[in-house]
This record gives sequence, C-alpha cells and structure tokens, in this order.
Amino acid sequence: MLEALKSPIEAFQEFVLLSIRALRNIVRTPHYADDIFMQMDVIGVGSLFIVSLIGLFSGIVMALQMARALTQYGAQGQVGSIVAITLVRELGPVLTAVLVAGRNASGIASELGSMKVTEQIDAMRALGTDPIQKLVTPRLIATAVVLPLLTIISDFIGLIGGYFIASTMLGLTFSEYWTTAWQALEYNDIAQGLLKPFVFAIIIALVGCFYGMRTTGGTQGVGRATTRAVVSSSVWIFVLTAFITYVWNRVFVKS
Amino acid sequence: MTQGDSTIVRFEDVSLHFGATAALDHVSFEMRPGETFVLLGAAGSGKTMLLKVAVGLVRPDSGRVSLFGQEITHLREQDLFDIRARVGILFQEGGLFDSLTIAENVAYPLTNQRILRHADNSNGRGSPRSIDDRVRESLSFVELEETVDKFPDELSGGMRRRVGIARAVVAEPALLLYDSPTAGLDPITANTIIALILKERDLRNTATIMVTHRYQDGHLMANFRYNPNSGQTERVERSAKDASQVSTRFLVMNAGRLVFEGTESELQASQDPYVRKFVRAGGA
Repeated sequence: MLEALKSPIEAFQEFVLLSIRALRNIVRTPHYADDIFMQMDVIGVGSLFIVSLIGLFSGIVMALQMARALTQYGAQGQVGSIVAITLVRELGPVLTAVLVAGRNASGIASELGSMKVTEQIDAMRALGTDPIQKLVTPRLIATAVVLPLLTIISDFIGLIGGYFIASTMLGLTFSEYWTTAWQALEYNDIAQGLLKPFVFAIIIALVGCFYGMRTTGGTQGVGRATTRAVVSSSVWIFVLTAFITYVWNRVFVKS
Repeated sequence: MTQGDSTIVRFEDVSLHFGATAALDHVSFEMRPGETFVLLGAAGSGKTMLLKVAVGLVRPDSGRVSLFGQEITHLREQDLFDIRARVGILFQEGGLFDSLTIAENVAYPLTNQRILRHADNSNGRGSPRSIDDRVRESLSFVELEETVDKFPDELSGGMRRRVGIARAVVAEPALLLYDSPTAGLDPITANTIIALILKERDLRNTATIMVTHRYQDGHLMANFRYNPNSGQTERVERSAKDASQVSTRFLVMNAGRLVFEGTESELQASQDPYVRKFVRAGGA
C-alpha cells in the first residue's frame, strides 16, 4: 500500500518544488524577456482565432438554449443577462482554458520533453543556464498574462454571438440586449471571471512544463508526457473552477 | 573546499544507485591539470553517469566530488553555474539546441555568461562583435564556417558532433568532457573527430576526459599529438612517448565500478578478462 503511494507522492513533491522554483524565479535575475514575448506570441496570438471561434459559438448556443426556455415565461428580454453571466463567470474562463490546455500544455510538454530526451536540458544546465529560469518561468508568465486576455476576448465575442441570435430570432434591439447584458454583470462576476483564467494559466503552464521536464523513454515518452499534460491540466481546470466558485460564493456573495 | 588542491577532478568513494542498480560503485580517482583520461567500458557501465556526476548534473548518493579543487557534492544548482562555465561538454547526442542556428548554438556559452554577468551587475567581457568573432573562430576550428545560418537538423551526425565540439571549446574551458564522441560514426569521420579533440587538447593544454567504447580512440589520444607548425596530427616520437603516456591515463568501468586505472602499457599488460576484451577489440 505504502509502496504504491510512493510514486504519486514523489511526483507531487517534484511538482511542488518545480512550482516554487518557477514562481521564485519571477523576481530573480536573469530575466529572459525575449522568451516571454515569444511565448506570449505562441500562446496568445496563436490561440486567438480558435478561442474567438469557440467563444462565438458558445455565445450562440447559450442564446439559442436560453431563448427557448425564456420565451415560455415571456422573459426573452433577459437573454442578454443570462448569456453575459454564464459566459463571464464560467463558460468563458473554462472553455478558453481547456482549449489553451489542449493546444499549449501539449505543446509545452512535447517541446520540453523532446529537449529532455535529446539532452538539450542537460546541455543547458551544463552551459550554466537554469532550465527552470529559461524554459519554465517564461512560459508561466506568458500564460498567466495572455489567458485572462484571451478570456476577455472570448467572453466579448460570445456576447456578440448571443446578440446575433437575440436580434435575428428574438427580435431584440441592440440596446435591449446590451443594456441587460451590461447591467447583469457585477464587479464581483468580472473579478471571478478574471481570477479563474489566471489560476488556470498557472496550472496549464506548470503541468505542461512538469510533464515535459520529467520525460523519459525517447519519442514514446514524449507522446506519453503530452497526453498526461493535457488530461491532467484539463481535469485540474474543472476541479479548480468548482473550488473557486464554491469559495467565491461563500466569501463574496451575500445571500 | 580543499585549500591548495591542484586537482581538476577528484572522486572520493562516490556511489550512485538507481533503485537496486549501481550506476557508480565506490568510484575514486583524481585528475591533474594537463592530463587526458580515456574512460572505457561497455554500454551501461556508468561512463556517462560519471561525467554527469563530475559536473554536478547528477548528485551522488554518497562520496565526495571536487571540481577545480572545490567540493561540489552539496552545492546548490545556482552555485554550480560559475564552476560549470569553466567546463566544456560534448554530449553523446550532441545536445545542440534544435531551435537555434549553428551560430547561436556555438555562441550560447558566451552569450549566456554575458547574461549571467549582467545579472550580477558586473561588466560584460564580450561585445556582440567579439562573440561573433569567437563563434566564427570556433566553427573554423572544426572546419564548419559555412554552416553558421543552418539549423542542427540540416547537418549530418558527424557535422553535429563537430558543432558540439565547437560549442564545447568556444569559451576556452579548463576541462573538456567528451561523451562517446565517435559513437555511431564511420571510421573516417570518427578519426576526424579524434583529430579535432587532439588539436584542442594540444593547442590549449586542456585537461580532457573522453568516454568511449573504442580502444582505438584512446590509442590515438595516447600516441598522437597535434603539431601546430604542420597543422597535422603526428605520432609521438619514441623519446617523448613515455611522457605522453603518463599524461594519458586509461580508466575502465564495469557495472559502475572502476576496474582499471593506468597507462596504455599497463592496460595492454592487464590480465583482467574484462579489460582484455577492450584491448583485443581494438586490435592491440
């Protein structure tokens, strides 16, 4: 029993140590600004189209589903507020993070994994570079900066998708839709909707780097590391969104 | 740190295990400036691990490792970077960064040292121009000046190995470690690589540890010298041969243990069946 627990506990310990060193390096020199901007481009600009597309269709689907339900109660005018609340609080952050996890946690794990199995990470250490400073911290900073921005874009495009349905199928005017959407949102919702992608970004970057940095077993090992990084970061996104929502509601929402 | 210690590398009763397998088993030796060590052994005998432990890339379970007279066994990774800057390493797989061009790969030790110096708020030694000059000089040393703008995957295995040598020597390190520099290469390319290693060793009198499973490589290291006047490698004259053999020592590893240490003559005279295998395979 204890023997079976040894491996996962060791892995968790390694993950915690990697996280501490990566976070500590944010305030330590040297800083690899070029790598941070390059990663922002890869993760942010590279994900922009797919995140916008998914944001648009999630807004459309939300509006379609809500339109049917709200029409039964004659409350179709509230479609804007429901789409806004659902997207900003939950769907926007989670869907964007899952997409970025699929695209970038895998990319990070496979890139670092390939470097590990071809001795590039050992070479980096031997040449006097801290691989956590050079490889992990820039990816962590870049993801933590761009994921909240991507989420804002995704939320906004989702609202546009909702407006398209509200205007074409429910006959709502521009001001009817956007006024209810805007009024429905409290600062509380926006803060929650920005905290979540920030936390998810840290998890996506660290999980991707963790599996990449401990890759063994050649190209097959790289494949395994990539799969584990995507599965693990996706699961953590859902666990954490439930946890954050619960804590947020207990602490900040007055019933 | 041992005060007044003139050794380049010292292993004192060093052991390292992976599970039940001993990668290094009570290994002890010391290397002095200007010496060449040829490390022979079968695959999995612990040769590569010995090199990694020597520069602190892997920490031993027990024993003490000193580099340039300073004990590194318990040093933090951050503190090892300055010491490692004095060591050049050629990895078995080359270890070239595949996202960087050949020029960027070779410049890496220099630019990285510059970054670290700036981080320490001290003055940088090299301007971008002098780094460029040194990179070209180093690539010229391995006769690959024309590859500066190429990427590692555009080169053959032998060329990648030569670029690896150029990167290892560009910062003019005091110690060079070569991990199986001729593995998987045809005999002509392998001899070219050994000639480059000889050239670097003899031009700068660099202490060298070469891991190999080919006795021929060690034989060349012990019996040939680079002549800067002729630009060729030449067999060492009989009168000077004893001195050269003393500076080239052979180490043989088996299952993590150091089973032989001595000169080429002693290696050839060894009656140990495992040691004899390498000498016989080399045709000596």
